[in-house]
Amino acid sequence: MINENRKENTEAEIKYTAKDFASSQDVRWCPGCGDYAILAAMQRIAPELGIKREKMVWVSGIGCSSRFPYYMETFGMHSIHGRAPAIATGVKINNPDLSVWVASGDGDLLSIGGNHFIHACRRNIDIKILLFNNKIYGLTKGQYSPTSERGKKTKSTPYGSVDFPFNPLTLGIGAGATFVARSLDRDPKHLQSIIKRAAIHKGTSLIEIYQNCNIFNDGAFELYTEKETKADNIIILEHGKPMVFGKNMDKGIVLEGLTPKVVRIDEGKYSINDLWVHDEFDKSPAGANLLAEFQEIEGFPHPIGVIREINKTTYNEEFHSQINKVKMQKGEGDLKKLLNSGNMWTVN
Amino acid sequence: MKVEKEILELSDVTVRFAGDSGDGMQLTGMQFTNTTALVGNDLSTLPDYPAEIRAPIGTTYGVSGYQLHFSSSDIQTPGDSPDVLVAMNPAALKVNIKDLKHNAYIIININAFDARNLKLAGYETNPLEDGSLEGYNIIQVPLSKQTSMALEDSGLSAKEIARCKNFFALGMMYWLYSRPYEPTMKWIKDKFKDAPLIASANEKALMAGYYFGENTELFTTRYQVEAAKLPKGVYRNISGNEALAIGFVTASVKSGLPLFLGSYPITPASDILHELSKHKNFGVRTFQAEDEIAAITASIGAAFTGALAITTTSGPGVALKTEAIGLAVMTELPIIIIDVQRGGPSTGLPTKTEQSDLQQAINGRNGEAPVVVIAPSTPAECFNMALEAARLATKYMVPVLYLSDGYIANGSEPWLIPNPDDIPEIKVKFRNEKEGFAPYLRDENLSRPWAIPGTAGLEHRLGGLEKANITGNVSYDPENHEFMVRLRAQKVKNIEKDIPELEVTGDNDANLLVIGWGGTFGSITEAVARVRNSGKKVAQAHLRYLNPFPRNTGEVLKRYKHIICPELNMGQLARFLKAEYLVDIDSFTKIQGLPFKSSEIETKIENALKGL
Amino acid sequence: MSEQIEVKDLKITAKDFVTDQDVRWCPGCGDYSILAQVQRSFPDLVGIKKENIVWISGIGCSSRFPYYMNTYGFHGIHGRAPAIATGVKVSHPELSVWVAAGDGDLLSIGGNHFIHTCRKNVDLKILLFNNRIYGLTKGQYSPTSEKGKITKTSPYGSVDYPFNPISLALGSGATFVARSLDRDAKHLQEMIKRAAAHKGAAFIEIFQNCSIFNDGAFDILTDKKTKDDNVLVLEHGKPMLFGANKNKGIIMDGAKPKVVEVGNGSHREEDILVHDEFDESPVLATLLAHLSDDPAMPTPIGIFRQISKATYDGEVEAQIHTVTDKKGKGDLEKVLFAGNTWEVN
Repeated sequence: MINENRKENTEAEIKYTAKDFASSQDVRWCPGCGDYAILAAMQRIAPELGIKREKMVWVSGIGCSSRFPYYMETFGMHSIHGRAPAIATGVKINNPDLSVWVASGDGDLLSIGGNHFIHACRRNIDIKILLFNNKIYGLTKGQYSPTSERGKKTKSTPYGSVDFPFNPLTLGIGAGATFVARSLDRDPKHLQSIIKRAAIHKGTSLIEIYQNCNIFNDGAFELYTEKETKADNIIILEHGKPMVFGKNMDKGIVLEGLTPKVVRIDEGKYSINDLWVHDEFDKSPAGANLLAEFQEIEGFPHPIGVIREINKTTYNEEFHSQINKVKMQKGEGDLKKLLNSGNMWTVN
Repeated sequence: MKVEKEILELSDVTVRFAGDSGDGMQLTGMQFTNTTALVGNDLSTLPDYPAEIRAPIGTTYGVSGYQLHFSSSDIQTPGDSPDVLVAMNPAALKVNIKDLKHNAYIIININAFDARNLKLAGYETNPLEDGSLEGYNIIQVPLSKQTSMALEDSGLSAKEIARCKNFFALGMMYWLYSRPYEPTMKWIKDKFKDAPLIASANEKALMAGYYFGENTELFTTRYQVEAAKLPKGVYRNISGNEALAIGFVTASVKSGLPLFLGSYPITPASDILHELSKHKNFGVRTFQAEDEIAAITASIGAAFTGALAITTTSGPGVALKTEAIGLAVMTELPIIIIDVQRGGPSTGLPTKTEQSDLQQAINGRNGEAPVVVIAPSTPAECFNMALEAARLATKYMVPVLYLSDGYIANGSEPWLIPNPDDIPEIKVKFRNEKEGFAPYLRDENLSRPWAIPGTAGLEHRLGGLEKANITGNVSYDPENHEFMVRLRAQKVKNIEKDIPELEVTGDNDANLLVIGWGGTFGSITEAVARVRNSGKKVAQAHLRYLNPFPRNTGEVLKRYKHIICPELNMGQLARFLKAEYLVDIDSFTKIQGLPFKSSEIETKIENALKGL
Repeated sequence: MSEQIEVKDLKITAKDFVTDQDVRWCPGCGDYSILAQVQRSFPDLVGIKKENIVWISGIGCSSRFPYYMNTYGFHGIHGRAPAIATGVKVSHPELSVWVAAGDGDLLSIGGNHFIHTCRKNVDLKILLFNNRIYGLTKGQYSPTSEKGKITKTSPYGSVDYPFNPISLALGSGATFVARSLDRDAKHLQEMIKRAAAHKGAAFIEIFQNCSIFNDGAFDILTDKKTKDDNVLVLEHGKPMLFGANKNKGIIMDGAKPKVVEVGNGSHREEDILVHDEFDESPVLATLLAHLSDDPAMPTPIGIFRQISKATYDGEVEAQIHTVTDKKGKGDLEKVLFAGNTWEVN
């Protein structure tokens, strides 16, 4: 019966443009906010994803970035703090035909919503999570977040925070996420390509996006996004390619046993052939964890790109195949039979 | 040699089985109940088990009990005080003796009354020898020994044999109350079909118990309770949780919406999740969430996409779901929150009943966040109220809070099975037309359209920020906020036109009214009946709708000089009634984790009548 | 002389940690052994006074733990033990704060507090009683139950993948991550003592048998006949050998671990991977955490990783001292009369 009510889009394949994904609402982020670039990247790549607008659902929690659904001309829900992955889980289970996306900030996803995040990763429910990581609480006007670097001075930590930050990538990997990637608000092309990869992936997809908050944490990612410094501070990962970086592509990563090392490949000692070759599809999470930990090591570049992608059946697939299996075994539910079961007796 | 035994006709009996949590007392009680139902008695049950899974053997806190009241006429409660206690060990005797009727029969497993068990139960002297059981009829049965003798050749270990003794006790009770043993034989065969040794041992133990009753001189009398004169039809015995679960499956079929349950295990609500997870062939989607909040928010997500979305929990879970209920109020999505109440506050008394979440249900949220609150009054009524919850939630696009309690959730009664074809459809219409669509349009019920993802052209965004009426856009406008707060309240208030009036039973011209809600229905009804049987006039009313109240509630209350409101809390309904209708209410409360005894309410009514 | 006598008299024994409460777990429950090992190892904890020990728990069978320890204790609400414990530790850093939690309590409803405690490196000792089932609510699958598990809420088999608790703890930044078995008394005592000595969030996953709802879940690791071939006992600086005669070992085949026979000529003990629990990089620990994803591989017990890092509670304390040193001790009058004040006469 539900299908009668669910009107399919029977018109010929619609060719969307980015504009078709822009809602009529005025975008209300601060001028200069990284969220604009992320929204633009999403709207630009959306027509290429082959997903009908009415089948796309954006779910968010609370925070600046959680306004995201208002600006996408799709179905959407701006919900309560931290709960977006759980709501998205309900959406996806109830209608697995939908393409379900979560927009969430570092406070929303990793602080109050940490539990739903790790459980979504564990279950491998097919939702796409965009983590807008600006390493600060924006909407509440500038307190440190669980991704803020230690010692950060904010309104709630005037003498510097004493918290160690989460590494969202290792947390995602540790919780069992099957797609873990990172991109930058200021690299629209890369971001679009990663969004596309996430859209194609089946299972929980995490994209950590370094996002600038120009009001409360301006320049937090400059090292990784600005022309002069970028090349020496990030490494773009590509599957099957050796890990090279640097302005002149003269640096690389080698693996000595289980220990990574930054080396020069222009000085004769090491060549490109000695470098660690990125394997996105490695079943073991050890390598991905090692990559994710680069940022903790002095002198190492931050990895950008798909850190890890593995193939595993999704929660929603298993959920519905079980329902179908039970229906096959027991037959379609019969209300008369259900009510008339157990020990019955007749009063005449 | 067969002993000739007299058969005595009784109108009603209350039996309690009690033993260690590992003794299988719940199972024994349920088997006795099912067989009793098949015999055609009216019945009512009260399981009472400890919060520990299996507390150390022989201790008083490990005692598990199952009480059953059965009768040849209509009954409402599991009985105030048992006529018969089956005590499998000293601890079971110690815990239960205070509840028994004077002259009650106590059937004792004498083999368990050794020094060790007496000490574990905290007896300094053996109650069988120290005269403390004077006034009771004690029947000492070598229950463990008889069972092991009967199963000597069963091929089972001593430990396994010991576990069969509950069937021996059951067989004995079947004989004593003239019940057939065949239904249990059939059940054993089915249940242990993969363990034939265990099956045959249990069957043997059952029969040994039955013949023990027949052959021993311990029992001189046998009892019979005639079938009750219930309305014609097919019956089954049903617990509140079971009725609720299949009620929602029925609501799903009748509305054409897939049933989605987001839940996290919690006593005493887990059984609903268990039951619904079996019915996947109805397309039921059960999601065991990581926590209470994920359970309700996943349900909200499912409701957004057009499911009949429910979440089941108990009081502590509702506390965690509070913020999300507010979101459902704001997004005007139909979800149903089922609270099987237990003793609070905090973790409180997980396995005991209470009605102390009424205030939480009606008012327990930030902001003005009205929801519909309903409460079934008997186990079987949990079925109908599930249909009602689904109807109201979907028709008015509003969250419904469904207040069950541990007493009716675990208790059971005969249920006249309805013909599913006679159950009305629950009409649900999703919005399809693009023309003129706005997410917060209003129909004649003030409901907004349900436009689900997948519907082309109706893409829209919901959220917890205040919404402008009609467009559903975020709005901080002061007038709009006041308008929307009042609109959401009005929408719920209007439901009073769509629910039955409050019905008064008993004596219309009485001076005294007893008003209650939820699971106290049985005790109140029985108490009122007793007082009326003594020739005095009493009226009774029972609320199944707590928000909004039935439209004639105020008028009903104003008709009576004296109003007694019995509740298993500190007077929460009484307070709401006083505040709403400015009437005086005589609040009568009990907060012991136990249901009312009818006699307690009876005494209260009698005393109040004296003062009128 | 007199000194010696005094020491003897004051010596605390396991019995001193026993309360007057009857222990109410099911007969045969693994919790009994864990309680016994805690009570046996606590007298040996160096520099920790009994009155400075606090046990915090949430809800679940194992959460009854504090009632049975003759120390300070708090049976909290479901999932919140790490958060309550954080409050205790931060306000009184001199206390030794312990958390007892089940897999439902710590990893399902309490998952968020758990990962944040690990991240912050609050100096708490967390004992995870992992029986891979919900016991107190009578047998539903938990977030550590294996996929396909048939329980009351998954009559057709659960479709959930389980957490790997070690991996999750590592991913959240825990500084001490270990695993032990309820039935290996000596090893468990050792882990408890090591956790007590660690400064920072210490996490011990204990495989615990639930004799009622998940009986035998860990038999293969605890039964005499099978344990040698299935358990790899990790020891710092020692090669990863296992088997009845220590005749099997782990080597690295590129980036992948592999089991080899030792001593039959093909592999020598020197080839075997050596455990380094103090490795700053989490890669070895991650490898070990996922070792038994492959059923052909043994399950490691012992300390996966322990690293030294400032603790949250220590830093909070230090910051207060630094600020006090810099600004002087707080003066209430100054606070009240701060800002623009004026006098009305």
